Amino acid sequence: MSQFVHGLMRFRRGPWEMLASVLIAIGVVMLMQPVVLWAYTYSFIVTLTGTVMFIVVSHFPD
Amino acid sequence: MSDTPIDRVAKATPPSVASKIRGLSDRAIAWLFVLPTIFLLLAVNIFPLIWTINLSFTNFRANRPNREVDYIGLRNYERILTDEDIWLTMQATAHFLFWTIFFQVLIGFTLAWLINRKFKGNDLWTTLIVLPMMLSPAVVGNFWTFLYQPQIGLFNYGISFLTGIDPSSFQMIGDVTLAPWSIVIVDTWMWTPFVMLICLAGLRSIPDYIYEAAEIDRASQWRQFWTITIPMVLPFLMLAVLFRGIENFKMFDLVVQLTGGGPGSITELTSINLKREAFEKWRTGYASAYAIILFVTVFGLASIYVKALNKVKER
Repeated sequence: MSQFVHGLMRFRRGPWEMLASVLIAIGVVMLMQPVVLWAYTYSFIVTLTGTVMFIVVSHFPD
Repeated sequence: MSDTPIDRVAKATPPSVASKIRGLSDRAIAWLFVLPTIFLLLAVNIFPLIWTINLSFTNFRANRPNREVDYIGLRNYERILTDEDIWLTMQATAHFLFWTIFFQVLIGFTLAWLINRKFKGNDLWTTLIVLPMMLSPAVVGNFWTFLYQPQIGLFNYGISFLTGIDPSSFQMIGDVTLAPWSIVIVDTWMWTPFVMLICLAGLRSIPDYIYEAAEIDRASQWRQFWTITIPMVLPFLMLAVLFRGIENFKMFDLVVQLTGGGPGSITELTSINLKREAFEKWRTGYASAYAIILFVTVFGLASIYVKALNKVKER
């Protein structure tokens, strides 16, 4: 866990990509869940943030 | 000076041609080869994408091209993301995605595990199992419509044979409860072989010496399965799940042929709903915003897919 936080602080590609992937996954789950409408409403912005973040952080050093 | 074939060809090249080639650097020649592809990519992919993004902020309707187009900001996105009917199609897609992936992984992995055990007729069984995957989705859709016929369909007779229920007492495609499962069954039938092939590649990539070492350590078959087989096949399984997830999120042809989104709109997946908005209701701006939402979702999933693929490559 500390290694993950350390990687985030030093702008390393691995942990940031992981964070972006988690955001995308949360966005997709929010889009398709049958429970609350507000989660569906905000799903797109979460997925978009995750996707843009993924594109940016994939240029970070390993 | 050595007289190699390359030198001889160079000497034989007419000076006018040679000077033209000599004038281009390696980088320029590389660009010359890449340029047609870049142009095609821009014309076929990038330009329509930018145009769709632009249309998604307007109230443009393709069936009224002469009407004045107004920029309405994010109103299309707002409407889609608060529309309960579209939310329902997302849920129909989620049901389809979850169960197809669940059954495909379960059956695909089991088949791969069985095929991986060397036995007589192994190759023949592999060929037979992968046959459904080679058919066109439109053909499969039509073919299963006949199989699901309550009067003459083999599927109903099969269920009747196993359970004793009257074959004409239920309709797979016409029933609101059964229709979502009918598309799950057909997609599972068609695409399980694909998951099986990926799992088989994963199983065959595990070196024998790991199992031999486990045997020496007196590890049971069960222990070997959970501590060697599953962890080493997991990246391949992840890959299969992501690949099927992306493909099924865009599923259109098979479901259109099979149920057409019905009965009612119970099997109307997002791609079918999008097609109706764009080409039946002609709400082009609205449909463009809808397409962008789906595109971002698929693009996000594809990014994770590429990451998983790189991990598999690193192994």
